[in-house]
Amino acid sequence: MSFFGSLFGFFNAKPNASNRAPAFPQYPSNSGWNTTPHGRSLAAALPALEKARGRLVIIGALFLLLYMYIVYGLFDTMIFNTDAEAKNAAPPPEAAIATRGDIVDRNGELLATSLQMASLAADPALVIDANDMIKKLKTVFPDLNGADILKELNSKKRFIWIKRNLPPKQQDAVNALGIPGLSFEPEEKRLYPKGALTAHIIGYNSIDHVGIAGLEKTFDGFLTKKNQSLQLALDIRLQSILRDALAEGIKTFNAIGGAGVIMDAHNGEILSMVSLPDFDPNEVAKANDNQRFNRASLGIYEMGSTFKTFTLAQALDRGAISVSSSFDCTKPISIGRFKINDFHPMHRWLNVPEIFLHSSNIGAVQIVEKIGINAQRDFLGKLGLLKQAPLEIPEVGKPMIPVNWQEISMMTVSYGHGISVNAVQLTSAAASVLNGGTLVTPTLIKRDPAIPLPQTRVVSPITSDQMRQLYRVVVTAGTGKSANVPGYVVGGKTGTADKQSGKGYKKDARLSSFLAAFPMNDPKYVVFIMIDEPKGTKESYGFATGGWVAAPTVGRVISQIAPLLGISPVDDNDDSITETLRLPVAVKGE
Amino acid sequence: MPITRSDQSILGRWWWTVDHLTLGAIAILLIVGVLLIQAASPPVAMRIGQDGYYFVERHLFQLLLGVVLMVGLSLLSPSQIRMVALVVGVISFALVIATHFWGVEIKGAKRWIHLPGLSIQPSEFLKPCFIILSARLFSRRLETQNFPGFTFAIILYVIVVSGLLMQPDMGMTFLVSIVWATQFFLAGMPFFLMLGFIGLGAAGILAAYFFFPHVTSRVDRFLNPDVGDNYQIQKSLEAFHSGGWLGVGPGEGQIKMAIPDAHADFIFSVAGEEFGLISCVVIVALFAFIILRGFWRLRHENNFFIFLSVAGLLTEFGLQAVINMGSSLHLLPTKGMTLPFISYGGSSLLALSLSAGMLLSLTRKHYGQNT
Repeated sequence: MSFFGSLFGFFNAKPNASNRAPAFPQYPSNSGWNTTPHGRSLAAALPALEKARGRLVIIGALFLLLYMYIVYGLFDTMIFNTDAEAKNAAPPPEAAIATRGDIVDRNGELLATSLQMASLAADPALVIDANDMIKKLKTVFPDLNGADILKELNSKKRFIWIKRNLPPKQQDAVNALGIPGLSFEPEEKRLYPKGALTAHIIGYNSIDHVGIAGLEKTFDGFLTKKNQSLQLALDIRLQSILRDALAEGIKTFNAIGGAGVIMDAHNGEILSMVSLPDFDPNEVAKANDNQRFNRASLGIYEMGSTFKTFTLAQALDRGAISVSSSFDCTKPISIGRFKINDFHPMHRWLNVPEIFLHSSNIGAVQIVEKIGINAQRDFLGKLGLLKQAPLEIPEVGKPMIPVNWQEISMMTVSYGHGISVNAVQLTSAAASVLNGGTLVTPTLIKRDPAIPLPQTRVVSPITSDQMRQLYRVVVTAGTGKSANVPGYVVGGKTGTADKQSGKGYKKDARLSSFLAAFPMNDPKYVVFIMIDEPKGTKESYGFATGGWVAAPTVGRVISQIAPLLGISPVDDNDDSITETLRLPVAVKGE
Repeated sequence: MPITRSDQSILGRWWWTVDHLTLGAIAILLIVGVLLIQAASPPVAMRIGQDGYYFVERHLFQLLLGVVLMVGLSLLSPSQIRMVALVVGVISFALVIATHFWGVEIKGAKRWIHLPGLSIQPSEFLKPCFIILSARLFSRRLETQNFPGFTFAIILYVIVVSGLLMQPDMGMTFLVSIVWATQFFLAGMPFFLMLGFIGLGAAGILAAYFFFPHVTSRVDRFLNPDVGDNYQIQKSLEAFHSGGWLGVGPGEGQIKMAIPDAHADFIFSVAGEEFGLISCVVIVALFAFIILRGFWRLRHENNFFIFLSVAGLLTEFGLQAVINMGSSLHLLPTKGMTLPFISYGGSSLLALSLSAGMLLSLTRKHYGQNT
């Protein structure tokens, strides 16, 4: 105390001014007022006091301003302000919740809709008897966690949720209980009646009803602004068939996932797009990253031999080769330190259809050498394979193309390696080649038939016819036999690509795919299925290639969807059909 | 019983030296407070399951204690006031530190100590004591040669503010800092230091914004009312608006029922709703009067210690009122601060009585004033 005392100057005051002094000093004689402990006269402090008085005027003026500001605020709020009034007059919150538009499939089937629901909340301060309240609520919600709610009710909070999103019946039941302190908060709930079936296309919203994935994100403004509904190109029946078949294929071959696309070959409408594994968009929080990953559009893959479609189409279209041209496929091609070989080496000369149906890399490389690097790149660009596909969802992968498009790149790209694209753009590129040669742009939204599509030619109708013949022969005599569906004239091309891992390729990790179209004499639909990392089975004799894995799945899909699409089965051996698809050369199949 | 000028009893001398107008203004504020608490507190009391007059009764009891404390202190001499400030200051600082270990956590900060029958917030009592002690250090610099008053004052400030920041109590830190800086300014703060302090103050406010999430949220909510929970402010503005010129009448307010802190931090809104604009302006005028009159009277004050103490106490008092009224009118970010003498709040009311007692004591007429 003595330190503080001396510091603050208590005990140096004159003796009778100590704390035993009378309650009030007897002036003028008493001390403490006019002199200081060390006897310096008060006058010493006078200049400082003068300065302080000047500065106090500033402080006083500031205070005056502050109080005037408060008075201004009072007038503003109480007399002039229309803000508070406007807020009082604002519509009740029920009406303030914007309703999001529905999403429907091409036939009007409901895929996403918003329901007005009420959530039950409580104000713990207003609840009279928490135990009684819980007991009563349990008659309506038998699964209510009473202990948790009791804990919250005993907290100092002023707002707790009891149960979110009650259907009207439960709301009514709670109202009938007549418990004070409870209230309903209007809420909107987004429902996806088809669940996982449409998850990767439609996406989902945040808890605040803002689209954060899929079409919900892209069309957020459209859906919220005028409560408009969005009609998709999607056919939910086809989606269901494709998903089931794909799931079965994945299961059979113990694969890690898969994707499939069904596209209108003429206008690019995506009738179905599936990525597995998927998730329930009604419970997004439970989905893991693998489930949320869209293999059909966000995933880009080296597609393998299906890419030979474009190499051959371009060479035929440029007249660099004819269908009857043949190439020496007896031995591997060496370039630098690389060696290009065939998966099933035939060790003989092969003509063009044979190159296609035996999927000869050696043949494809010799053909692309007749095209050249720049022409190859231009053609693939024209087909939309070198840039991000113009799909309406945010989850679209950007193709990986050779940085340095040299001869080696040209060669590997000719048989689908060294370039990664997504399933949708591969499908639309194939559609463009097979539909008579007109470019198609993929879309998830139903096209208005009144709006004419741009007619951009990618190959001539003759080339397109030749490609149809090649596609058909793969199914009749080549690697795609198991995709055949009697009566629907299926054509296709297998693809088996080793999956990349870092800089090399993963052993025994493949992407097996099948790219098909039907009916091949005049293709209306293109179907693409890929299965991610299938393992060979006893039934496939240990093979996990596109022909074994994906082709049967495509066959199963086509057999089920063709009737729904209104395509009448035909006699495969009818002359009019065999004539169109007859190859001008003899082909030795498998 | 009239008190004559020749009455030399303690009370007699007190009556003739104390500033009647300040005393009167404080008394009016206390009466206004009792009226408003009668209006504002019953809904709050019933919400927490108490009798409607729970807060009114407690307030009246605490008010009685407060008045005794205030009058008692105003009887003391300046050196006795200093002694009281030192003793109460040291004890309350120790308690501020103690809250860190034994305090009750309310809304993320430990500021309160619960005693049987009373919860006290020691920092409220520390505040006026700190003002007196700072004034002493600043003024001794002029009275005692080579007394490093500024240095000691800065050390004291750092100690006190560290204690407050530990809780953390940003509002109190802010108020104490402004008052201390004002005293320093009056004590002749050199110009370069002024710039330094302005810089430090700005940096401190920014740091508080970035490092204390509740400060961030309060400021964000002030700047952008659409973000987050602005319920009290929204209701407060509605209450003011519904009051209009003359108010809806005593006890007739509806919106006040929805304001959780209507009896404490938001009592001014109740005044607005029930008694109207004119009454609110009168309340503002009473505060302004107490402060500006106090400042006005300092023009005759020759004792530097008294000058700085009184200026500090008035600044504290005036700022607290401005912050409270400004918050409830949404002119400032919300800050948990009571409206002096009007708000309910035992701890705050007693601490204000302590301040007011000191103020009344130090502003008594005495020898050495220029008249």
